Amino acid sequence: MGISIFIHLLRFVLLVLIQVFLLKNTGYYNLATPHLYILFILLLPFETPNFVLFILAFILGLTIDVFYDTLGLNAAACTVLALVRILFISVTVQKQGFDNEPEPRMGLMGFRWFMFYATILTFFHHLVLISFEVFRFSGLPYILLRVFLSSAFTIFLMLVAEFMFFRKKIR
Amino acid sequence: MRNLWIFLSKYNAFFFFIIFFTISIVLLLTYNSYQNASTWNSSNKIIGQAFQQSDQFKSYLKLGATNDSLSKENAWLRNQLKSSTFNDSVERGSVNDTIHHQQYRYIVAKVVNNSINRQNNFVTINRGLRHGIKRGMGVIGPTGIVGIIRDVSDNFARIQSLLHSQSRFSASVNGNIGSLVWGDGNYDPRIAMLKDIPSHVILKRGNKVVTSGFSLFPAGLDIGTVATTNPDGGNSFLNVKVKLSTDFSALQYIYVVTDLYAEEQQALEAKEENKALQ
Repeated sequence: MGISIFIHLLRFVLLVLIQVFLLKNTGYYNLATPHLYILFILLLPFETPNFVLFILAFILGLTIDVFYDTLGLNAAACTVLALVRILFISVTVQKQGFDNEPEPRMGLMGFRWFMFYATILTFFHHLVLISFEVFRFSGLPYILLRVFLSSAFTIFLMLVAEFMFFRKKIR
Repeated sequence: MRNLWIFLSKYNAFFFFIIFFTISIVLLLTYNSYQNASTWNSSNKIIGQAFQQSDQFKSYLKLGATNDSLSKENAWLRNQLKSSTFNDSVERGSVNDTIHHQQYRYIVAKVVNNSINRQNNFVTINRGLRHGIKRGMGVIGPTGIVGIIRDVSDNFARIQSLLHSQSRFSASVNGNIGSLVWGDGNYDPRIAMLKDIPSHVILKRGNKVVTSGFSLFPAGLDIGTVATTNPDGGNSFLNVKVKLSTDFSALQYIYVVTDLYAEEQQALEAKEENKALQ
């Protein structure tokens, strides 16, 4: 338990550092901007209480916001992300399965499930994030284009990260 | 209370979401100038549009009062017109006296009854003796002449409309004076006949027919435009069809013309006639 919290804390710090110092300067003409830091919320254990999940998402969003100088923007997107994660998991995963698969990792849940999971969550996060950033209805085509390109970029980076730390199924 | 607690804990994810999302949005709108300004601008736009709509509606309700005040103002402005003044500049020695005196006055009145479909049509207005209206005064509308005051009561007056078989008005077209009549086989409220124009006069379609100034009206008021001309069989006069500029079916406000010198003129003319009779 203790080592698990330490791993999550380390992941939090690492992802924030990567996001703020590396990915912030990466992107394709401001159209495809990766937001890899949400991987932290994606990889939290299934049994995380809702309140803890929301608090962590909110703090993560605020941390990124402080560096991006957009207070509240990433926090709102991460809050939506947490809600979508709760709904998605309650629909796709049985409660009994928690004993064997404590974390939504690709190695444990399979590639197809993880891909689906990451796509849905990333899409909603980016939709909220970019909509609030542009903040006008007339920019709708621009918003959608940015959401799709950025989501593709983020999911690609997530898959790369997951393959780097690939763990085979124990069962 | 217990049920409420169960309800809250069952859907806790949703309530947490509401709480955290609200905090984020408040932060976003408070600390980011662009989003803050956008929100205020769009709400101002919506509020502005709402006010505009309600203003339009209110002005519609006040339309009646606005009409009244506008027609009063029109009457006042007509009093200022040059055509309602009488030039009595008289040469005395070498001094040119060019003071303008008012000759015509206008009293505004609202039409309360109107007919256009009969052979002899009348218009009733809501002004009478008390407002200074007398029998025989001329009446004009916003776009042209209307008729003559026929009967007056204390508060109302009856106008013999131009659309009356006995109506006769002195009219001029291109400087030629004729008399304008209605009826006599023509019962179209938009058309009147102009008679006594010599047949050598060349008139074109669209020529303006105006008052001559010989009758109750100031000279130069619109009556209508020439529609068609054809010679009166065997006579040396033309029959001119005149398209009236006054829309009698839509009369709302009219102006009663008071000629301040009418009595003097009539008295003088009566004297002349008496002399001739003697």
